[in-house]
Amino acid sequence: MLGEGIIQGLVETARNFFGSYVEKDRLTTVQYPEERLPLPEASRVFPFLLYDGKDPDAGLRCVACQICEKECPPRCIHIEKSKDKKPDFVGKMQVYPAVFDIDVSVCMSCQICVEVCPFDAIRMDKVFELSTDNRFRKLLYTKKELSKPNEYYQKIHPLEAAETDERRAKEAEEAKAKAAAAEAAAKAKAAAAAATPPVGEASGNGAAAPAKLAETKGSPQ
Amino acid sequence: MGMTVSFLILAILTLAGGVAAMTLRRLVHCALALAVSFAGLAALYVNLGAEFAGLAQLLVYVGAIAILIVFAILLTHSSETELQKVFSPAGIAGALLALAVFAVLAWAVVSSGAAHSAASVAAPQTSMREIGFALMQRYVLPLEVIALMLTAAMIGAVILAVRPTSGSEPAETQAPRNPELRA
Amino acid sequence: MISARSADQVFVALDHWIVGHVPAPFQTLASIVIAVAMIIVVFAALFALTTVFERKGLGRMQNRYGPNRVGPWGTFQPLADAVKSLTKEDVVPHRADHVVHYLAPLVLVGVVFLSYAVLPVGRNMIAVDLDTGVLYFFAVGAATELAVFMAGWSSHNKYSLLGAMRAIAQMISYEIPLILSSVAVIMIAGTLSTVKIVEEQARYTAGIAHWNVITPWGLAGFILFMIAATAETNRSPFDLPEGESEIIAGYFIEYSGFKFALFFLAEYIEMFAVSGLAITLFLGGWSSPVSFLAWIPSWLWFFGKLLAMIFGFIWVRGTMPRLRMDQLMNFAWKFMLPMTLIVILSAGIWRFLSPAVVGPRPLGGVIRWLVCALVIFAPYILLARKLERGHSMEKRTYRFAE
Repeated sequence: MLGEGIIQGLVETARNFFGSYVEKDRLTTVQYPEERLPLPEASRVFPFLLYDGKDPDAGLRCVACQICEKECPPRCIHIEKSKDKKPDFVGKMQVYPAVFDIDVSVCMSCQICVEVCPFDAIRMDKVFELSTDNRFRKLLYTKKELSKPNEYYQKIHPLEAAETDERRAKEAEEAKAKAAAAEAAAKAKAAAAAATPPVGEASGNGAAAPAKLAETKGSPQ
Repeated sequence: MGMTVSFLILAILTLAGGVAAMTLRRLVHCALALAVSFAGLAALYVNLGAEFAGLAQLLVYVGAIAILIVFAILLTHSSETELQKVFSPAGIAGALLALAVFAVLAWAVVSSGAAHSAASVAAPQTSMREIGFALMQRYVLPLEVIALMLTAAMIGAVILAVRPTSGSEPAETQAPRNPELRA
Repeated sequence: MISARSADQVFVALDHWIVGHVPAPFQTLASIVIAVAMIIVVFAALFALTTVFERKGLGRMQNRYGPNRVGPWGTFQPLADAVKSLTKEDVVPHRADHVVHYLAPLVLVGVVFLSYAVLPVGRNMIAVDLDTGVLYFFAVGAATELAVFMAGWSSHNKYSLLGAMRAIAQMISYEIPLILSSVAVIMIAGTLSTVKIVEEQARYTAGIAHWNVITPWGLAGFILFMIAATAETNRSPFDLPEGESEIIAGYFIEYSGFKFALFFLAEYIEMFAVSGLAITLFLGGWSSPVSFLAWIPSWLWFFGKLLAMIFGFIWVRGTMPRLRMDQLMNFAWKFMLPMTLIVILSAGIWRFLSPAVVGPRPLGGVIRWLVCALVIFAPYILLARKLERGHSMEKRTYRFAE
């Protein structure tokens, strides 16, 4: 009969209207500033730099290789190499970034810098409430603002961090063993140049890491 | 004496609307000014105690005729009139016509009894009820004739507007129902 | 009893008291100013309330919260909206017809407020008791079409022009059933005066009021009137003139800031006015439905009914999708118009079957009711059948969507 469907529809909306006051399950809206949903493991916003230990300057993993700077599609990373060197986690002497700036107003959160980094030095952050009243200075993050400890990384991306830490520990051990072997060999054979550092191997691992993660957790958006 | 403030205001409004309707260049502006004039006239009727006439004027002229004029202007192409001399042949003819109409109306007013019987005669108290009785009893035949005529006009308009369809099926159902067929 | 009576007439007494303190030559003027000011203030405040109620109500119908940030439970939202619309830039298109563009919202709001003059919002609470009240209401309402046209045409925008043409076509089409469905009430009441129509309905038999809505022709007329009123005020599901998906915002697309707020205001004020007329014609105006509740002040009854009507409008808006233009026109001319004519016929039969014809009260009343209901219901069924022919609802399958 004409008009029947209208009445059915009216009943449905009335049920929604009164039901929303009775059943709390109906209201799926999250009242954002007060209520927060936990972010998914793979969520990402802008990159940050990782350091080991307590001191951001001494423990910074970045060696200023500038791969991320070159790969960054919107060119939001700016790196200047240092003149001197400092030892990295395996004890090798490396250059470090004197200046490391990311313009987050340009960054498009593509995560390519993370995927190309052979040193596990740059990772994606989850902080998204970054609005400021200055669109130039305050959106240009310097090395100081970008450096965050490994513990922070373990907190925001526990699975990824565990995987990275494990790999790095193994690398460090291997490097130590190799160094010991090389020392022994050097002692035994007495001379020749130092053994090849495990750079190639490390970079291979670094590139494979995100792919491995993707396999384990499904595609991180 | 007889001119109250409200009458003055309404008269000026009505006349201004009329003058604007004649002189403005854009046809739509003319139509809107004409609507103002109609509304002023309706208000004058109400001011004179003829509520029904005033409201009917508003309903019919502002609500229907003005809209009709405006639509007619919209659906024709140019809404801009060409500049022409005031004393063009068309203008003179128009002026003559206006004068003739005015003369007839003036003659009718002067020759009717109302003008001579002075303003002291109180306006007759016509209520809606009386108008209704008059329409339904004394003037019922003219009313029905008008109704018949309007119905005939409406049917004629519908026949003009109806598009001749080839088959008995309306065009709507002939469109492919299934989206796959169209693809 | 005395206290109930004084509560009922408190605003009338206040009005008289204020006017009594004005020097004699200005007393008429003062009473006019008070009435106009009260109408504007009260209904503008109701507009503010309605905007937040509507948003919250619609939200709840869609299982959302609705606005709840400004003030407790979002009740200050209208204030924030007002500040926003007042501080926004007033953009006028370069090629717009500036004078007409400026005048359109003013004409619309002015005309819409005029129609409140004949609405009795309580016992003895009416601005002007016109002998031709209902006619006045419709005559004034006719001018809104012109204002809509002014807005649409002067914006020099094809969408606004399309919106205006849609709006005018819709308003003219639905004005006919709107007026015709109120003709039935006028026929039975034998008057065009809104006050007398309400007084007619404020009589009680066995404790129940003689509201027109409890008669078969009144109920059908009320439903038809409300459908036509929804279309007349451009509310969903008849909001084609502002269909966002096709013509963006219709005739007020080129309005911003306060002028847009005026259009918004006019739309709601028109809705209240037409609801008020529906209450006056069908729901007994300020009268209570049963005689033992007559102690509640009349103006509370009126505004209670008005809020219920507003909720009805919101409810319908939250339920139905927008019609298509051809559906709209078909509905007006093929369904609404014949049905309103049948309602008039039924009202005539109702008048004819007075107790003198069908017999004494209880049985005669039932016979009268049933006969009149049948006169409406049978054509309704036939008409519905005819309209639904060829429009079977089949489940569509989309090969690529599955």
